[in-house]
Amino acid sequence: MSEIEIESRNLDLWYGSAQALKAITMAMPEKKVTAIIGPSGCGKSTFIRCINRMNDLVKDCRITGELLFEGTNIYGNSVDAVELRKKIGMVFQKPNPFPMSIYDNVAYGPRVHGLRNREELDRIVEESLKASALWNEVGDILDRSAIDLSGGQQQRLCIARTLAVKPKVILFDEPCSALDPISTAKIEDLINTLKHDYTIVIVTHNMQQAARVSDHTAFFLLGELVEFGKTKQIFELPEKKSTEDYTTGRFG
Amino acid sequence: MKTSERIIELLLFLSAATAVTIVALIIIFLLKEGLPVLVKVGIIDFCLGMKWNPIAIAGEPSYGIFPMIVASFYVAIGSLIIAVPLGLACAVFLAEIAPSWARSILKHAIELLVGIPSVILGFVGLVLLVPFIRDHFGGWGFSILAGSIILAIMALPRIISISDDAIRSVPREYKEASLALGATHWHTIRKVILPSARSGIVAAVILAMATSIGETMAVLMVVGNTPILPAPIYDILDPVRPMTSNIVLEMSYATGDHASALFATGIVLFIVVAVLNVISHRALKSKMGTRR
Repeated sequence: MSEIEIESRNLDLWYGSAQALKAITMAMPEKKVTAIIGPSGCGKSTFIRCINRMNDLVKDCRITGELLFEGTNIYGNSVDAVELRKKIGMVFQKPNPFPMSIYDNVAYGPRVHGLRNREELDRIVEESLKASALWNEVGDILDRSAIDLSGGQQQRLCIARTLAVKPKVILFDEPCSALDPISTAKIEDLINTLKHDYTIVIVTHNMQQAARVSDHTAFFLLGELVEFGKTKQIFELPEKKSTEDYTTGRFG
Repeated sequence: MKTSERIIELLLFLSAATAVTIVALIIIFLLKEGLPVLVKVGIIDFCLGMKWNPIAIAGEPSYGIFPMIVASFYVAIGSLIIAVPLGLACAVFLAEIAPSWARSILKHAIELLVGIPSVILGFVGLVLLVPFIRDHFGGWGFSILAGSIILAIMALPRIISISDDAIRSVPREYKEASLALGATHWHTIRKVILPSARSGIVAAVILAMATSIGETMAVLMVVGNTPILPAPIYDILDPVRPMTSNIVLEMSYATGDHASALFATGIVLFIVVAVLNVISHRALKSKMGTRR
């Protein structure tokens, strides 16, 4: 069993007076893929956005409980969200490259963190694009606008952009929901490769995807964690009735 | 189609047509009144002539409005130098930083600023600003500087509200992507949000410039209105006469060619403002084009 990288203990979250997450307790192991599944509005995206403190942007969002990353509560007083996000990258639902060149997109993160050396930047851009399996397609058009790429390419560019910051964890928030099946397959292959080097948490409403890419699966329903375990077990021998109903497609 | 529907549509069409017709009639009237002197003097001599002497006691009258074109641009650009940094900073604060209560207070304050009649701003300029400049910076007080400051106050609300809209229409995803990469809020504003809002901001600035050039009353009261170039040309404490002031000041007693020359000044003014408006709309449209 590998080390625990992220651990949530009794995490509650309210938007105003509406409770969106209820006492979530689960542990995500290092260099494994943890999938979070559940019907729309079950709090899975809300939960993943807690891990890199993106919910800080939401007004009236209140969080209690603990979320440990490498043993430190990221909602503790001494934690700087900006520093945290360098270690915990995120790929969003809709591909969101900046309206700049492909190169500038990938170099954005390293530049944010003060890197100015052109050769070093070139190297990171190339490495990151290779790691996201995009180099062969864009290696010679790096100065082209990222907006001109296809949706699938844009999403892999966003992954490259995240890799360039050299995070430890990558959060994927329904990364394929806006993509076609071929692009989706490429992203899934990529996740399978990336898990050797990164801890990955992926939110998906596609159960086949969870089954294909993840080692562990958490099933959320109405803000509660219903069941968490090895992916194989969740899909083949779930303990709870509602998990089985969901994974076999009886609701969702 | 029902008759009542048809009547309503016809009425709506007529209202739209009226607006267009009024604009067309004004242009035709301006041209009819102004063209004779433009033809007589020549467009180039009229626009680039240095001497404005419409009622010559001895010799030929001369109609050169170059110092006034310069003056119009001078005070307008001066106002932008003051208003753009201030307005942009205010817009960034409004759109990105202000909590909702501060935002609503500021928004109301800015609306109030729009509502102040320009003659009142001019009056304040006349009794406060002009003596202040005279006492602390020297010169006559009536100056490019005074005109620019008053115009800047008038341009601020427009720059703020259009820039605010432009900043707020930057897709939220860009901001999230930047923050998720570990960028600070300020870095995100500078490197992602402002560049993405650039065309809207440019449109706001050009529109503000067009309005400043067309503004009359407030400027008239504080710029001194001497129809000559400042000497030396960069002396912002010198008085000048913008095109708008020229028309207002002399309209009441002008006849013949003199009156025609004032209309011709109006034509030049109209063209300058129209061109700036077109550029501004282009800038806004190009934003729409690239947004997905």
